Amino acid sequence: MRRCILIVALWLAAMPALAVQPDEVLPDPVMEARARALSRELRCVVCRTETIDDSDAAIARDLRLLLRERLVAGDSDAEAMAFMVARYGEYVLLNPPARGANLVLWLAGPGLLLLGGGIAVTWLRRRRGPEAVAALTPDEERRLDEILHP
Amino acid sequence: MIVELGHFALILALCVALVQTIVPMVGAARRWQTWMAVGEAAATAQVLLIGFSFAALTHAFVTSDFSLRLVVLNSHTAKPMLYKVAGVWGNHEGSMLLWVLILAVFGASAAWFGGNLPATLRARVLAVQGSIGVAFLMFLIFTSNPFLRMAVPPFNGQDLNPLLQDPGLAFHPPFLYLGYVGLSMAFSFAVAALIEGRVDAAWARWVRPWTLSAWVFLTIGIALGSWWAYYELGWGGFWFWDPVENASFMPWLLAGALLHSAVVVEKRESLKAWTVLLAILAFAFSLIGTFIVRSWVITSVHAFANDPERGVFILLILGVFIGGALILFAARAGVLEAKGIFAPVSREGALVANNLLLAVSCFVVFIGTIWPLIAEMGWGAKLSVGEPFFNAAFPPFFVALSLILPVGAMLAWKRGTVGRTLQGLWPAAVLAVALMALAFAVQTGRSALGPVGLGLGAWVVAGALTDLWARTGRGAVAARLGRLVRLPRADWGRVTAHAGLGVTVFGCAAINAWMIEDIRVAQVGETYPLGAYSVTLEDVRDVQGPNYLSTTAVMALSQGGVVVARLLPEKRIYPVQGMPTTEAAIDQGFWRDVYLVIGDRQQAGGWAVRGYVKPFANWIWAGALLMALGGAISLTDRRYRIAAGARRVAGGVPAE
Repeated sequence: MRRCILIVALWLAAMPALAVQPDEVLPDPVMEARARALSRELRCVVCRTETIDDSDAAIARDLRLLLRERLVAGDSDAEAMAFMVARYGEYVLLNPPARGANLVLWLAGPGLLLLGGGIAVTWLRRRRGPEAVAALTPDEERRLDEILHP
Repeated sequence: MIVELGHFALILALCVALVQTIVPMVGAARRWQTWMAVGEAAATAQVLLIGFSFAALTHAFVTSDFSLRLVVLNSHTAKPMLYKVAGVWGNHEGSMLLWVLILAVFGASAAWFGGNLPATLRARVLAVQGSIGVAFLMFLIFTSNPFLRMAVPPFNGQDLNPLLQDPGLAFHPPFLYLGYVGLSMAFSFAVAALIEGRVDAAWARWVRPWTLSAWVFLTIGIALGSWWAYYELGWGGFWFWDPVENASFMPWLLAGALLHSAVVVEKRESLKAWTVLLAILAFAFSLIGTFIVRSWVITSVHAFANDPERGVFILLILGVFIGGALILFAARAGVLEAKGIFAPVSREGALVANNLLLAVSCFVVFIGTIWPLIAEMGWGAKLSVGEPFFNAAFPPFFVALSLILPVGAMLAWKRGTVGRTLQGLWPAAVLAVALMALAFAVQTGRSALGPVGLGLGAWVVAGALTDLWARTGRGAVAARLGRLVRLPRADWGRVTAHAGLGVTVFGCAAINAWMIEDIRVAQVGETYPLGAYSVTLEDVRDVQGPNYLSTTAVMALSQGGVVVARLLPEKRIYPVQGMPTTEAAIDQGFWRDVYLVIGDRQQAGGWAVRGYVKPFANWIWAGALLMALGGAISLTDRRYRIAAGARRVAGGVPAE
């Protein structure tokens, strides 16, 4: 499963280390909590869909440090994220912004639920009613007449 | 020599699979008994041949035959025996050989235990199963041959990836494959039924055990994988919404839907076309899963483009089988007439809702998994979809599913009333709300995830128990207790599995909401607090393992001055692959796990250490185990043991 990520990550990181290191942790616990929350939204760019919070790769450490630098410099969460996107592209966002074509991604599930629910309800409604009995055709009436009145 | 025989047996198996595809199919169409009977012999022959081939490869691994390319790439003489054997499927070629072996075993069990199936249906099922065998044997032999020799054999091998040298991961792939391939049986039955033009209660009763066992295996396989990730990767994450995880999760969701809709076909002869479609889709997602894992298409489109042979082959298999089955479905689904009529508010209606929610949640996972691919190919955008998306987009559907589960499971067939069902469930609802309120009151300033998860979990578990109790009917408690023991196993299975889901839902929410994390530098001899505990780093020493070097820390975990446990987290280096791994030390408990990790030596002295208190961690896997157990109990229900659709032996079976 995750071995592949780790292989890639470990190849790239000459000195592999565990995710967040003690020396990265900011002294201000509130700011650190913000950094942790944000770093769970950012992708380690060399890994397979892994957050920089989890990743062992050297680049993930760089990104974590960079993010903390921005926060310490006084950026708001949105500004810090915008900075990361400006630098590394939308590719770093693990949660693609819900606009443009990405709306499809967000609306696909609810849309399918509505569609499927609609189909199911219509199907149930249609099947519930008593089966409509078609009137006899003239041919059938003649045949019936023949049988009843030989 | 043995290797060549194994290789030859594999080619022979392909020939047999071809025969198994064609002869019984023609026989069933023409009603030729002898031709139909060929299917059984061929299925047995396939098991023997592929089994021999697999044994030959295993022999090569066990004896470290380094003239075989696969052994060189994935084994080493110093590797412990367990991992020499597990190494057989710890790589692409060997795992595909395991895939076809399991496929053959499933096909053969349809031949061996399908004596009560109508002859034409059995012949057609075996033929479809044979055709899947043909496709994958060709894939194996032409693109991923495990029996390639080396011109110059080296003295030793390159070892198995150290992360895979772990009991959890040694048995993870076989279970997952049992699940994936088990769904091929549902597929074969669906296609055979479409050809026959008949789906009835008996058909559903044959399909259900296969689906159920596939689902049980998938459950165990996924749980093993996530448990492995939890203790092996060093930070205690257990689910990452990684494409490869999603690949196993999607068939699990659809298999869950399928085994519920098959109930409706079995009991009420309704939802036939939908059930057949689900059977096709469930296997389609197994194939998509195989495609995702084997082609690397998700890692990067370029990795796929560089070596497209395997990916294209699986895509071809996917296209032919699923495309073909869907065309067949479009042409023949009209023949499958529903008999049972039901009101929207009824057990059937609830099962339709269950199917809808499971199918939609599977679709959400699917679209999230392939969205980066669509974006890149469609408009050249490079973007990522990961944990934050799935954590936001997936749970709503599962919350809805958990909310309706207890009500739906107790609604009457044909026509029910929500009000009356809820009357029986009010103690469960009160319990859930009370626990939720309690959790809100006890925790301060944390997210709503924990309380909501607790409430949902309690609602599902208590609802399952209410369901079980209601099944005993009315009357004195003693009489009802007596009846409880004699309830059909299917009831016990259902309740166990539902309760397991509740436990897992709660575990996932609790561990994410209430986890305590601590990252710091500790000196040897230093004591530091971790939640309600204190941890002492007593010693760090170097230890020599069989095929690795280890840095082992000795850490004492104490509570109130009393040492609760002495934990030995390790950091290992496997010299052959030059690869480090972390071995977390976990003090497992009913209420919480304490999870300790040793990191690097710091330049300024001391060691990086991480500690976690993970509340209710084991509940996640206990719930999964309960789900699997529930499925297994259900499988032993007497209606599957008694020949389905066969005439009862006079006087032999007491009435229930």
